[in-house]
Parts: sequence; structure tokens; C-alpha cells
Amino acid sequence: MAGGTVPVPTPETAPFWAGALAGELRIQQCDSCGKYYFYPRPFCRYCQSRDVSWRTVSGLGRLVSYVINYRPLPPADPNEPQVIALVELDEGPRMMTNIVGMSPEPGNLPLDGRVRVEFEQRGDQALPVFRLSAEAA
Amino acid sequence: MTGMHGGRIAIVGASETTEIGVLPDRAMIQLHAEAALSALADAGLTAADVDGVSTAGPMPFEVSHHLGITPRWLDGTMVGGCSFMLLVRHAAAAIASGAADVVLVTHGESGRSRVGVAPYRHNPASPAGQFEAPFGALAPYSTFTVPAMRFLHERGMTRRDLAEVVVAQREWAVDNPRAFRRKPTTVEQVLADPPIAYPFTRDMCCVVTDGGGALVLTSAERAADLPGGAHAVYLLGSGEACEGPMMSQMEDVGSFGAFRRASAEALATASVSHADIDLLMAYDAFAHLPLYMLEDIGFVGRGESGAFIAEGNTRKGGTLPMNTNGGGLSYTHTGMYGMFAIQEAVRQLRGEAAVQVPGVEISFVQGVGLFFGAAGSLVLSNRQP
Repeated sequence: MAGGTVPVPTPETAPFWAGALAGELRIQQCDSCGKYYFYPRPFCRYCQSRDVSWRTVSGLGRLVSYVINYRPLPPADPNEPQVIALVELDEGPRMMTNIVGMSPEPGNLPLDGRVRVEFEQRGDQALPVFRLSAEAA
Repeated sequence: MTGMHGGRIAIVGASETTEIGVLPDRAMIQLHAEAALSALADAGLTAADVDGVSTAGPMPFEVSHHLGITPRWLDGTMVGGCSFMLLVRHAAAAIASGAADVVLVTHGESGRSRVGVAPYRHNPASPAGQFEAPFGALAPYSTFTVPAMRFLHERGMTRRDLAEVVVAQREWAVDNPRAFRRKPTTVEQVLADPPIAYPFTRDMCCVVTDGGGALVLTSAERAADLPGGAHAVYLLGSGEACEGPMMSQMEDVGSFGAFRRASAEALATASVSHADIDLLMAYDAFAHLPLYMLEDIGFVGRGESGAFIAEGNTRKGGTLPMNTNGGGLSYTHTGMYGMFAIQEAVRQLRGEAAVQVPGVEISFVQGVGLFFGAAGSLVLSNRQP
């Protein structure tokens, strides 16, 4: 990936970004209703319970949808197409991400394909991106 | 919900700016003003008659003060491009409740020339700034478009279905002198256009223009005594709904809950069914939106939207003429297209459209705000029920 904006954590999201820097995908699970949810906030998005815990999750999921963006905006490199994708984690939540590690062509991007997380440095943060992986099945 | 629907509130004045397209000689606020003055003239009213002002983008008092109006009712609801559907709905509620008598709704946007507008500022600490923008989901064409592959995949549809939307709407635009893109095109040509964000090519993305539009609303009772009463358009029903500010967190990537909820409320409050609708204005910032809307509003069943358009149902002479001005894809799109969708519905109901559909009595207007963020629906008619 050729750059882009750098996320600025808030106190509520800081554990997610600290996890990314440590090479772990950390999201929250509600201790009351049991659901995983995303993006981070200190209460459950489904039942509003404040009893929630951070979990390091598998980092496995499937490719839900994508575009191949041929017009990246600065600070991203305008000459390098981005695969901007939706990935659904095995634990349930859906995330925006990039698919990396292949030539950005539709034939290389099977919907429902299994993906595995990895992390890319971006400024002072690390971004969770995903790679299509037969082993992730 | 009794007083605001059922034709008790009327649009008595409606106008776009005299020119739309590329207007580098006019600031954003002046586009509001030009449209407002024209809409008031169309209604046979003056600024002194207006006691309610609403707009989306600037504060409503920026508009009222610019025009020399002292309102007793303000609305600045800002939920993206469908804000104007909500502003019409809110104005109707205000008039029905007595909070306002004559409401002016304005839109003006220097979306192409960027005259007199604040520069875009990215917030890297917002939820979207942290969890979407770093991946390139920043511009409309690289964010709003992301769910489309899923929608097509789930239904066994393809990119051709996106191209068919463009071709059908271009057919309307060819004969509309105000439309921005007017060259006839074909599915093959649209697919061969420069790619913007696969599966979307250039003409599957809306135009980017400057322009404005305004509406004047009052009670049907008062409309009867106004010059604008002769061409009054009545609000039969309306609805509004939302999900959220992040594309990735849509409840269902292949269907938008806010379209389903807002349109269902609009049809129910209007006491009309799909078969009663003569014209559909379906806010099309990108070519997948009319496909979602046709299915989510319930004009067609799941997976039938592509064939419905390809078979010509939304073209001239079709069963459901759609986006008869050419839509955001071909007519104009200043950034918040909702006002223009309403304007075309009003023109068709008055019999004044550039490409007039014969016998339009009831129009359905469906708007979308931000990237699958909000929705607003209106059912409009040229006669009271």
C-alpha cells in the first residue's frame, strides 16, 4: 500500500490501535449479550450494556465486497490502485480494510474468499489489512 | 399523523437557478439566493411573506439574512443529499402545526467551481476518520461504491446492470438542454469508459456541477388564494430514516434499511400503493443506487431491478419512468442532489418538464444521504386526494 491518512486514536479506541501496533486484532465483546461489536466504544452497540471486554480475535474472515480505486486521493499515491474492501470477521463484525498481497484485478478477488489479517505501518500507527489465504479456511 | 399529509400542504413555488453546470462567477450563498428569489416569484410571493427558512449545509440564518428575511421558524437538518426531502417533510409538519405559514427551502452548492465554500477538512479522529479513511474510503467514488459488488453478487447480476442504469437515464438527458451529459451511449461504451473504482467506470459516477434550487411551501388552504396555487403540488406522504456515518457498518450490505423504512412510511402516510406511482425520482449519485431503491422501496422483487431497467421499464413509454431529467448521472449533481430530484418531480406534475411524461399525477421521490447514511421519501401529487 502506498500511504494514506493516519488514524488518530481517541481514549475509547486506543486499545484497538495499541493492539494493532503489537500485531494483534483486538475488538470488544459484550459480557452481557455475548456479541462482538465494532468500532470500539465502552458499551455494547446491541444492548447498551457497559460490561464489555477487549478480546484478541482470530484475524480470520471473508471478503464481503470491494472496489479497486484507480483515483486514490493524497496523501495516498495516486498512481497505485487501492483495493478498498469490506471484510466480515469470523466473530461477526464487519470492517473496512485493504486487501493486499496480490495484483489488484477482479479475478484475484473472489467474494466470500477467506482472508487473514496482517498489519501495515502507517505513520505512528499500524493498520489491519487482509490477505486472501487458502489456509485461512 | 394527520395534518401534514394527505394533500393538506402544498409546494406553491419551485425553481432551480436559471443556469446550472459550471458557474465560476457565483458564490455558494448567491446560488441559494438566486433560486430562492425565482421560487418566490414562481409562487407569486415576496420575501416579506416568508416566515420559515430551511436549508442544509450553511446555517439557515446565513440564507435568511442574505435574503433579508426575519423567520420565526428555522430548520438546518443536515443529513447529506437527501436533507431536502427531510426539510420538505419538516416544513409540512411546521405549517400543519402553525409554527410557520410560508416556508422557503433553499439549496445552493458550488460543487464544481468551489466558489465561496469552506475547504474540505478531514477529521482523522472521528470513527470514519480512524476506521475507514485510512484505507482510501474517503472520496464518494471510493466509499459509496464499496457495497455494489456484494449487491450484484448476491443476485447473480453483473456490471452490465450498472451500465444499463446509465444508458436508460442518458436517454432522458439527450433531449434535455439543461443536462450536463447529453451524448447517447451504450452498455459497451459505458463499460469501456475510464475506470474510476472498479466496478464503476466514469459514467456510472455522477457529474459534478454548480447550481441551486428552492421550494416554497404553505397550506393547501392558503395555496388556493395564491398565484402559485394554480400549479400547486401537494404532499401526500413522506418518510425519513437513517443508519449511520460509516459505510462499513451498514446493517445489510445488499439492502439499505433506511430506504425500506422511509419509503414504507411515505407510501403508508400517502395511502397509495406502488401501482399508483407514475414517476420515480431515485437519487443516483452512483449507478447502483437506483437498483437498491427499486428493490428496497418494493417496486420490484429482490434481484429483479437490473432486468427491470434493461427491459426499458424506466425509459420513455415504460411502466415506471425514472429520473426523467437524466438524474445525477447525467443531469446535474452539485454535491447534494436531493433538491433537483424534487424539482423534477414538481415539473413533471405541473406538466412543465423538459422531457414531459404524459399524465403524471403521483410522483415518488427517494433520496439518500451521505454514503448509505440517511434516507428521505416524498409522495407528491398535482391534485388533492
